[in-house]
Amino acid sequence: MSDVPDFTLIPAEGGDTLVLTGAMVVSRVGPLDMRLRAIATPLAQIDLAGVTTIDTVGAWLCCRLSRDTGAAIINADDVAQRLIKALQGVDDGVTDEPVRPLPTWLRVPSEVGDAVVGMGHGTIGVLGFIGQIVMASGSMIRHPGRIRARALVHQMELVGVNALGIIGLMSFLVGIVIAQQGAVELRQFGAEVYTVNLVGRLTLRELGILMTAIMVAGRSGSAFAAEIGTMKLTEEVDAMRTIGVSPMEALVLPRVFATVLMMPLLGVYAALMGIIGGAFLAQLTLGIPFISFIARIRTVVPVYDVWVGLIKGPVFGLIVALAGCYQGMQVESNAEEVGKRTTAAVVMAIFTVIVLDAFFAVFFSEVNWG
Amino acid sequence: MTALCRAPEYTVSGDADAFPIRVRGLRNEFGDYVVHDDLDLDVRRGEILGVVGGSGTGKSVLMRSIIGLQTPVAGSIEVLGQSITGARDDADIAIRCRWGVLFQGGALFSTLTVAENVEVPLREFYPDIDLRLLAEIAHFKVRLTGLAGEAAVKYPAELSGGMRKRAGLARALALDPELLFLDEPTAGLDPIGAAAFDQLIRGLQQTLGLTVFLITHDLDTLHEICDRVAVLADKRVIAVGTIPELLALDHPWIQSYFKGPRGRAAASVRHLD
Repeated sequence: MSDVPDFTLIPAEGGDTLVLTGAMVVSRVGPLDMRLRAIATPLAQIDLAGVTTIDTVGAWLCCRLSRDTGAAIINADDVAQRLIKALQGVDDGVTDEPVRPLPTWLRVPSEVGDAVVGMGHGTIGVLGFIGQIVMASGSMIRHPGRIRARALVHQMELVGVNALGIIGLMSFLVGIVIAQQGAVELRQFGAEVYTVNLVGRLTLRELGILMTAIMVAGRSGSAFAAEIGTMKLTEEVDAMRTIGVSPMEALVLPRVFATVLMMPLLGVYAALMGIIGGAFLAQLTLGIPFISFIARIRTVVPVYDVWVGLIKGPVFGLIVALAGCYQGMQVESNAEEVGKRTTAAVVMAIFTVIVLDAFFAVFFSEVNWG
Repeated sequence: MTALCRAPEYTVSGDADAFPIRVRGLRNEFGDYVVHDDLDLDVRRGEILGVVGGSGTGKSVLMRSIIGLQTPVAGSIEVLGQSITGARDDADIAIRCRWGVLFQGGALFSTLTVAENVEVPLREFYPDIDLRLLAEIAHFKVRLTGLAGEAAVKYPAELSGGMRKRAGLARALALDPELLFLDEPTAGLDPIGAAAFDQLIRGLQQTLGLTVFLITHDLDTLHEICDRVAVLADKRVIAVGTIPELLALDHPWIQSYFKGPRGRAAASVRHLD
């Protein structure tokens, strides 16, 4: 296989003869192809006598050359003849030019336009999806027998119970960080004891539920999108419909309800773990005993702080589950889309949760729950 | 009975030129479930070998073992003179460009167009091929498998099942392989499409001088294009031969397979021709 394909041109009256030599195979003709394209002189004959082996790509080069120049192919052996004949049979004269991307000055506005239109469709799509969920929930309330208790409990385990470890650890560490940073600042005023207020109110009102929502969006929202998206790709969702099982009832509602139910519980749990983390640090570095820290939490944290967390929980849960299920159901064509939709689900969920959290903050201070 | 069924080529001490695929003493198991036990098989150069067997007899597992996707528990597999079972990952790449595989569902890359699918192996092995030539090669390979040129720019999701198989075949043939592995190429095609696909495989096999390892349930395919048929049963290849040779054997599964109502129909069509 050391015979590199090459050619020589033998000038003659009425057109040159191109003599090809060597192995005309796909692994070796790459450089030859460019040189063949550069031939400018008219050709009358293509001589294959010196060709040692040939495959379809080599035969294609001869074929193309013969088509473009009108040269006759001579001295082809059996294999070459067979291949060239087969290729001439399928050659439709069309050559697909490699696709060239638009120039930048066109591409930027075009992609901006696509993004705007996509956002518009997305908004309408989400509204429609929420409507479907409301209708499906309504029909489920009218026919409680259709509630898929098993799927619901299974999802509650996946979303809630299985997340206890990571959310607990995360909140514990966040509690430690708040207490530590708070104590450093407050010490300057000699007000270290207010670390308790800081940790208690911050975790119960804001951080517990917010961090939980972000974690659940990453853990479960992405899983919803990927699961449902893959089921769409493998036509499992279509199969469900034909059997008479509504994908809304079987796939979406259990996930939405499970997340809505588990999120406030996880939020409170996260807040408690954060307080324990703060108390742990206070015991170690501030000299506040663990028990007094906990007892003081009860006096300095108003009850409505707990309510704020509990009210935000189901709303955030709904957003996370909606984003995951909606994006999953949008998957249509291919594997790449599953990945894109999963990313979109997480980004959409976290972004919306943070925006809404800001609204909640304003709202609750307006109603004097500040 | 199995002793009787052992085809004579087992005694031939052939080399890689005569037998591009040689399987000896293959054993595959999944947990406690033994799929193959002491399986031997030789594929002759230039033949279309049909592989048949009931569901779950490990036809696809055999193919996956031969192409190195499944590591067998025991046994040796040689493809084109190179040991697959003894190969490290990088070492067996040299023969990966000498075979093409068509998976059951086509296994086209769904994010690429048909032409780009065909270009993938070419780009992988021969990066020095010019973009224009790549496009031309992809185009004529697609046309060789009987698809219209316009199909080349479509995505797999836009193609019908039959077109996807043809596109998969175009990708399998991208590197001008010597060996072609086909896993149920005509499954899910309408009878006319299946017959056309059979002829396509036969035509390409003759034009390109391929050796074809073909798993099928399609009795028409077996009768029409297979030079020999290997029967998988009892965890091994119980017989290899032409269909008349197989029918001469007194094995109940072979008899019921080829002489059942479908087998008779396929055979009678063959004789009417």
